[in-house]
Amino acid sequence: MKLSGSEIIIECLKKEKVKYIFGYPGGAVLHIYDALFKDKEIKHVLVRHEQGATHAADGYARACNKPGIVLVTSGPGITNCVTGLATAHMDSIPMIVISGQVSRQYVGSDAFQEADATGITRPITKHNFLIDDINSIAETFKKAFIIATSGRPGPVLIDIPKDLTDPNVKIPFNYPKKINIRSYKPQKKENDIKIQQAAELICNAKKPMIYTGGGIILGKADKQLHQLVKKLKYPITSTLMGLGGFPSSNQEFLGMLGMHGTYEANMAMHECDVLLAIGARFDDRVTGDTSKFCPKAKIIHIDIDPSSISKIIQVDLSLIGETASILKKLNSYITRHIKKIDYSSIDKWWNKINKWKKKKCLAYTKSNKIIKPQLVIEKLYEFTQGDAYVTSDVGQHQMWVAQYYKFDKPNRWINSGGLGTMGFGLPAAMGAQLAFPKSNVVCVTGEASILMCIQELSTCLQYRLPIKIVNLNNRYMGMVRQWQEFFYEGRYAMSYVDAIPDFSKLAESFGHVGVRIDKPEQLDTMLKDALNIKNKLVFIDVITDQTENVYPMIQSGKGHHEMHLSPTNEDTELA
Amino acid sequence: MKDKRYIISLLVENEFGSLSRIAGLFSARGYNIHSLNVAPTNDESISRMTLVTFCSDQKINQLMKQLDKLVDVVNVKDLTQETHLEREMLLLKLRCKKNQREELKRLTDIFRARIIDVTDTTYTIEMTGVTDKLLAFLTSLGEINIIEMVRSGSLGISRGVESLEVNKRGKK
Ligand SMILES: Cc1ncc(C[n+]2csc(CCOP(=O)(O)OP(=O)(O)O)c2C)c(N)n1
Ligand SMILES: [Mg+2]
Repeated sequence: MKLSGSEIIIECLKKEKVKYIFGYPGGAVLHIYDALFKDKEIKHVLVRHEQGATHAADGYARACNKPGIVLVTSGPGITNCVTGLATAHMDSIPMIVISGQVSRQYVGSDAFQEADATGITRPITKHNFLIDDINSIAETFKKAFIIATSGRPGPVLIDIPKDLTDPNVKIPFNYPKKINIRSYKPQKKENDIKIQQAAELICNAKKPMIYTGGGIILGKADKQLHQLVKKLKYPITSTLMGLGGFPSSNQEFLGMLGMHGTYEANMAMHECDVLLAIGARFDDRVTGDTSKFCPKAKIIHIDIDPSSISKIIQVDLSLIGETASILKKLNSYITRHIKKIDYSSIDKWWNKINKWKKKKCLAYTKSNKIIKPQLVIEKLYEFTQGDAYVTSDVGQHQMWVAQYYKFDKPNRWINSGGLGTMGFGLPAAMGAQLAFPKSNVVCVTGEASILMCIQELSTCLQYRLPIKIVNLNNRYMGMVRQWQEFFYEGRYAMSYVDAIPDFSKLAESFGHVGVRIDKPEQLDTMLKDALNIKNKLVFIDVITDQTENVYPMIQSGKGHHEMHLSPTNEDTELA
Repeated sequence: MKDKRYIISLLVENEFGSLSRIAGLFSARGYNIHSLNVAPTNDESISRMTLVTFCSDQKINQLMKQLDKLVDVVNVKDLTQETHLEREMLLLKLRCKKNQREELKRLTDIFRARIIDVTDTTYTIEMTGVTDKLLAFLTSLGEINIIEMVRSGSLGISRGVESLEVNKRGKK
């Protein structure tokens, strides 16, 4: 069977079992859109801005662990994808962006809507391709899917000149079953002796600590992690990206660590004697001052990416490979060594940790005059039984979700951790909702962030996506305001958003339901009712305390033991 | 930590964008490229690069891993870790007065350089050797004026049977 370049692209996507494409048409991809129009299987989701397409594909990937697919035109189409690619790249999210390019004869001539797509996206993709021959389309797609989804995943861009998609030029189609990329061999088997050494170190610890990151979720290693923790009964903390990798409601879990981590998690990091880091990358928001990081600990690091090892913090033992398979082996070695564990020391360690817990670092001052944002998240957790897919934007609201929504399952918490992209939340929720049409999907956002991709409300109507948007409306870029309060003597330069729209009316004008909650006594019933509205997007605008800050907080340049606690618990005695 | 000189050999896919990916990695991560040489090999699909950089021990480990991680890089090796051979080529165009010609001829002999072009006022010289030798030659020129200088950057290869292969361990 002979197919055109455009038809080949569609067939390749089908071979990869692609269900959704998030995209936006334009001159350079019209041939592809025409082929898509004739196809019955793949569903195309028309966004309202290409940034929305990338975040939606990203949210889809994070929710269901399958690569998200984007199709955009040349020039402005692909430049609008830059933020989304960088967001996915920082968080290692598998994604394929297909961008049209001007026809080969015009490449390099500053043609209409020409942009150097591969040049622009080189540092923000795992890899990218410019196809220059119709015969290499199938092979390139195969490679792109392999690269995006294997090893440490990441976004891949495929740039295709328009003339290669011409409906009148047809060639035989063959999708390679297997392909060898000689320069790309991410799978590595770790030496069993090293895994055994790690098991011994872990079993000999007196003050152990487990610190996990997004690698647990991307590596689908939550079950093996659960076994490990239950076997050892050691304390565990997680980065922002790893939340849900281990059930937050379990007693071994000390909460998130790092800049806005819990007192007990950060103190345990500072005091531990053996640290087991799994699928985490020692980000500066986690380590604080690296010279004060885990000063007493021997550090073991499990990661799929060799370049993550000893990049920021020198580690004592590294295990490179897929987190799930290494953890599986580690579990069996630990079973053999488990008798070595000195549980009287571990008990003492837990006693110490329990004292730190008594600080109740997440306590906040309640109010019956104004709605406290933390309470909104606690209520959201309650009303969604802790089982919603929750996306967020960036700012205080994001941290409050991380602190107060106790994720028990992986893939439920979807946020831009690495790049910190405002505008991510709503489109990411679209992707998650499409991946799981029957599940509750909530986007927790702020009045500043939501405006960055607000146009996607229109997409949500077109595809009837019943997302619940919870807008923690503090009339401030709260996170910026907080830093200005702490570090700039309260000079609130540009952190107040003047002329905030009436969000419930705005949502209504897009064809959705809008709700505004501004009295504490209304919160319970109104929030519950709004979340219970079926089959409709509901924009829940919650007017919250303008002056609330996120605590605990570690200032940049400080160690884990130098936390700022909330005024609420500054006077609580350390029991 | 003091910066040391490292000489790195790379085999890369002879593909569109490979060079800029490598150059981009250096600039994005704040490494310097002291010299860089690229040319195809006996296998047409592969280019060989030799790269010289100055950095700390800790940074070189990270740099090697980052280079290895690039999808286009087939194999990479830090030649500094083993006994290796290095050569660099220098082309020099010199303004040479009559009374300096004798001296220049003598210097080229001592350094085993070759005069490859002559005009009334200029001499063009070719020389290969380790970088230090080239630099010593340049210093020895004294008063003689350099009009133009072209250097290839260092090329490197392992000594003995060791080699940088396409399909060995190498990658990951
Ligand atoms: C695209 C982008 N621009 C700027 C920032 C810097 N930034 C981080 S948080 C924040 C304020 C967010 O305000 P809002 O959405 O209202 O959330 P809040 O902190 O009030 O909960 C800003 C401007 C960013 N993260 N992303
Ligand atoms: Mg705000």
